[in-house]
Amino acid sequence: MNILGPDALVFGVDDVEAASQYLTAYGLDPAGEGRFEALDGTSIVVRRKDDPSLPPALETGAMLRQTVYGVADAATVAAIADELAKDRQVHRLADAAVEAKDDHGFALRFQVTTRRPLDMPPERINAPGSPAQRPVNQIGVWQDMPAKPRTLSHVVCFVPDIAAAEKFYVERLGFRVTDRLVNAGPFLRPAGTSDHHTLFFIQTPVYMKGCEHFAFHMGGPTELLLAGSRFVKAGYQSFWGPGRHKFGSNWFWYFNSPLGCHVEYDADMDTHDDEWAPRDTPFSPESAQAFLFEYREKWAPGGPPPGAKPPGH
Amino acid sequence: MGEVALGPASDIRDDEARGFNANGARLFVVRRAGALHAYWDACPHYGDTPMAWRAGEYLNAARDRIVCASHGAEFDIKTGLCTKGAALGQRLRRAPVATNAYGDLVLHDEETWEERT
Repeated sequence: MNILGPDALVFGVDDVEAASQYLTAYGLDPAGEGRFEALDGTSIVVRRKDDPSLPPALETGAMLRQTVYGVADAATVAAIADELAKDRQVHRLADAAVEAKDDHGFALRFQVTTRRPLDMPPERINAPGSPAQRPVNQIGVWQDMPAKPRTLSHVVCFVPDIAAAEKFYVERLGFRVTDRLVNAGPFLRPAGTSDHHTLFFIQTPVYMKGCEHFAFHMGGPTELLLAGSRFVKAGYQSFWGPGRHKFGSNWFWYFNSPLGCHVEYDADMDTHDDEWAPRDTPFSPESAQAFLFEYREKWAPGGPPPGAKPPGH
Repeated sequence: MGEVALGPASDIRDDEARGFNANGARLFVVRRAGALHAYWDACPHYGDTPMAWRAGEYLNAARDRIVCASHGAEFDIKTGLCTKGAALGQRLRRAPVATNAYGDLVLHDEETWEERT
């Protein structure tokens, strides 16, 4: 099953205006009809929670209403439809996409991917012992340098039955487990990408079933730190980070959001192939982060030297 | 910690919330039907999670629920009880805030406050 990863996540929210403002400040571009796009066209879609065009909500009332998977070609869409039709209802839509639910009731849509190919340089670094990646006279950071989400990276969901979640995505949709946080859940990679994960599950009680967070890839740690710093300065609430995860090696910075879940910037994730053997580590703060910074607005005592007038007077 | 002045109570209008950082302690105050309700800004789901999605944004669109912007848990404004989502059945912890004779909100010391009430 040549699934590339999520093309879009569809939310039914309480406050469309707040969610729209939030996603724009996060760095996505409004594309009309509630769609907010990253540079490659992957997106978050927000509609009112009572919009009849949305798939029904989970019984928990979670705001994530559909995960839209981009796949390589029409043959893959057809293969997925045939596989899932063995034991559940599959809707084959006029636009050639198909819709079904996973074993926890999360609504899924599969379509030939609508991603636009990206041709952009990564963050380049200079290090002793290695040829410079940045040419001479090219600077690495400036205050207003662009730092836009490039592509939708992954979605993380709370589910009550980890084993069932893993089994469905591995056996029915061809995902691979890259690593496992024991007592939390599996990191899952679909066949059409080498990214460490596009999907991760965390075991929780039934009443929490829903989305924990989603993340977009940035061009590197500098873009991640700049975008996150700008978000904090604009008044948005940091939840965790910035730091760097162990599994996946991706840099992270999580924020609260009006979409009923956290929203993450990530950068520089590991890639794997089928030769990779999954690691198992108990779930703990140490297993989740290699290091963590804390944003601090004031880092030195302020004020003028003794006897001087304060600035602006 | 002693007492910390938080500013005029009249700054918070009906159906509005405001967050405060009192010497590192986060709290927020909501005005609903004229009455003020003060809670520590920490979702009981994880215990210490800040709840707004942006400074001052603690309420839902209808302004009749407190919402945690971590996972969307909803709380009753008057009782602090979580009625939906990740902290179901748990309560926000009240912050010891009162309005003084000058109309200013004051955060009191939690230990002596508990003795008084």
